[in-house]
Amino acid sequence: MSAEHSIAIDVKDAVKRYGSFTALKKISLSIMDNEFFTLLGPSGCGKTTLLRMIAGFEDVTEGDIFLYGQEIANLPPYQRPVNTVFQSYALFPHMTILENVAFGLEMRGKSKADARKRAGEMLEIVQLSQFSQRKPSQLSGGQQQRVALARALAPQPKVLLLDEPLSALDLKLRKAMQLELKHLQRETGITFIFVTHDQEEALTMSDRIAVMSAGELQQLGAARDIYESPRNMFVADFIGETNLLEVSVDQVVNGRAICHLGGGHELTCNQVDGIGVGSRVHMSVRPERLFISQEPTESESLKGRVMDNVFVGTDITTIIDLADGPNFTVRTSNSDRGNKRIFEPGNEVYVNMELGAARLLVD
Amino acid sequence: MAAGATGGGSIASNTYAESRNWLLLPAWVILAVLSLAPVFLMLIYSFLTKEFRGGVIWEFSLAAYDQFFFDRGLFGDEPPKIEWTYITIFWRSIWQAGAATLLSLVIGFPTAYYIATRPAHVRPIWVFLITIPYWVNLLIRTVSMKFLLRDQGPLNDLLMSIGLIDSPIHIVNTDFAVQLGLFYSYLPFMVLPIYAAVERYNFALSEAAADLYANKWVTLRRVLLPAVKSGVIAGCILVFVPSLGSFLAPDLLGGAKNLMIGSLIEEQFKGNAGNWPFGAAASMILLTMVLIILMIFARQQAKAQKAEG
Repeated sequence: MSAEHSIAIDVKDAVKRYGSFTALKKISLSIMDNEFFTLLGPSGCGKTTLLRMIAGFEDVTEGDIFLYGQEIANLPPYQRPVNTVFQSYALFPHMTILENVAFGLEMRGKSKADARKRAGEMLEIVQLSQFSQRKPSQLSGGQQQRVALARALAPQPKVLLLDEPLSALDLKLRKAMQLELKHLQRETGITFIFVTHDQEEALTMSDRIAVMSAGELQQLGAARDIYESPRNMFVADFIGETNLLEVSVDQVVNGRAICHLGGGHELTCNQVDGIGVGSRVHMSVRPERLFISQEPTESESLKGRVMDNVFVGTDITTIIDLADGPNFTVRTSNSDRGNKRIFEPGNEVYVNMELGAARLLVD
Repeated sequence: MAAGATGGGSIASNTYAESRNWLLLPAWVILAVLSLAPVFLMLIYSFLTKEFRGGVIWEFSLAAYDQFFFDRGLFGDEPPKIEWTYITIFWRSIWQAGAATLLSLVIGFPTAYYIATRPAHVRPIWVFLITIPYWVNLLIRTVSMKFLLRDQGPLNDLLMSIGLIDSPIHIVNTDFAVQLGLFYSYLPFMVLPIYAAVERYNFALSEAAADLYANKWVTLRRVLLPAVKSGVIAGCILVFVPSLGSFLAPDLLGGAKNLMIGSLIEEQFKGNAGNWPFGAAASMILLTMVLIILMIFARQQAKAQKAEG
């Protein structure tokens, strides 16, 4: 592995148990230097537990955690060169904004004057210089969030941990902060580990995403791969919107699997290792990979009837019922409307997709 | 225009405020009869002339205060010197109450912290356990303490049987015994306000401090203590003030040499040997001292609150 791609955090067979409850079941993953890495999953999936184990707030029941090759699982939090942005921000209420940001620097042995000077620079970066003498309670949620970020970045940690830091902000502010965070990560070159349950947020910001569920790693990969090639049903369902269909594999020819959807409808898609003839598995097709036409096309075409159109701003969602078969949700960009017809409920139409748009899922 | 608008609002709020004042009347009466009147009475008595078998003669006199601060010789005809006897007693009282408060804080803070960090459903049980000894009368508890601490008492027996000491240590009739007695009398008043403050404390702040390289000691000093300061101050006042005027523990555990203000005042009103104006004057001086201490705390609190916005 080359130097610029050294491993920042290496989690090896980490297990976390609370009494008889297992929060993390043997997780192993490597987070690269200078990476924006996201732990994504629903609440209770263990993502925050894993983050807190890296920070040192939770001890590791089994396994090891390495930070740039150094074993840290047994170090107390104050000896780990990582800093955290807390979900509740956890700003010290009795200290000014400047004192909050200077705290970590002072603890690392910087003189009071040096710490304050550097803290002032950090506040400039997050554009809060004019508030440096205020108390946290006098700031808005978004401002407090930026203070928390400045405070965690000030001691120049090797890895920055972010525990759902944007969840308390309103949508507009959240979008702006997403871009700001991404920008800050590129600028500083510090490895970010970001925890969120918001898949859109994860896709927007991350270099790589680890999707977790029920204490297990479901899939790890680049944002785009996770979206386009979900490995299993959980990932396909959790990330983005998808048509999940139960199918049976009728034939496998030349790397193509011909699948039966029920009601006599058939669809060809790429074969996946581990799925053979006769398997009953799930198939995932993203709604935006589908398009509707009056006549069958040269792509994979399925005959059905329009049930409903739902206007969702940027897109129109059309629900199509295959005779005796499953329903499909099709997403058409609103900008295509000029060229494409809107099919009214009751119209007989064809649902089309390119080969490869539909994916078979292993489990 | 603006006057008209606010006028309408103030009429409504006036009637509301008036009815609320009437409802407060019982509270005002109780406060006046039970709190202000006795203090006022005491103030008057302190400026009267003493009757030799207790009671007062209704004649204005500064004799009580004069006796407290000045020594004019056995027959009262020498030039006045500063009288150190009572000032010493006051000073000892402050010192004893301060030591008891410190002891309560050192024991009470970890106790309160421990209780506040237990799971929510067991906390009330712990609080209940803390208060159980206080269902027993203070006098009985203090007398029992004397039996526990005396030379042939269980504490000395225990220490000797495990070989820690060869001969009994004298605890009863020392300053330390009084401090122990006061500490034991008022410990819950330290534990409960601190417990309430720690229970409200956001423990993510301690994690944030640890995350920012502060060890446990620094976290305690710079994050936890400032956050629960109001509870600590309340606890200290609630232990210090009653300790200052206490007479049971000093009487029973301190012996004759270790007189405190409470005992001094008590003596002035007991039996025929008393001096009511002098007792009243000592009470007023004690009250003034307590008020000054409370005002200093209150001002600091207000300042801190203002700074926090």
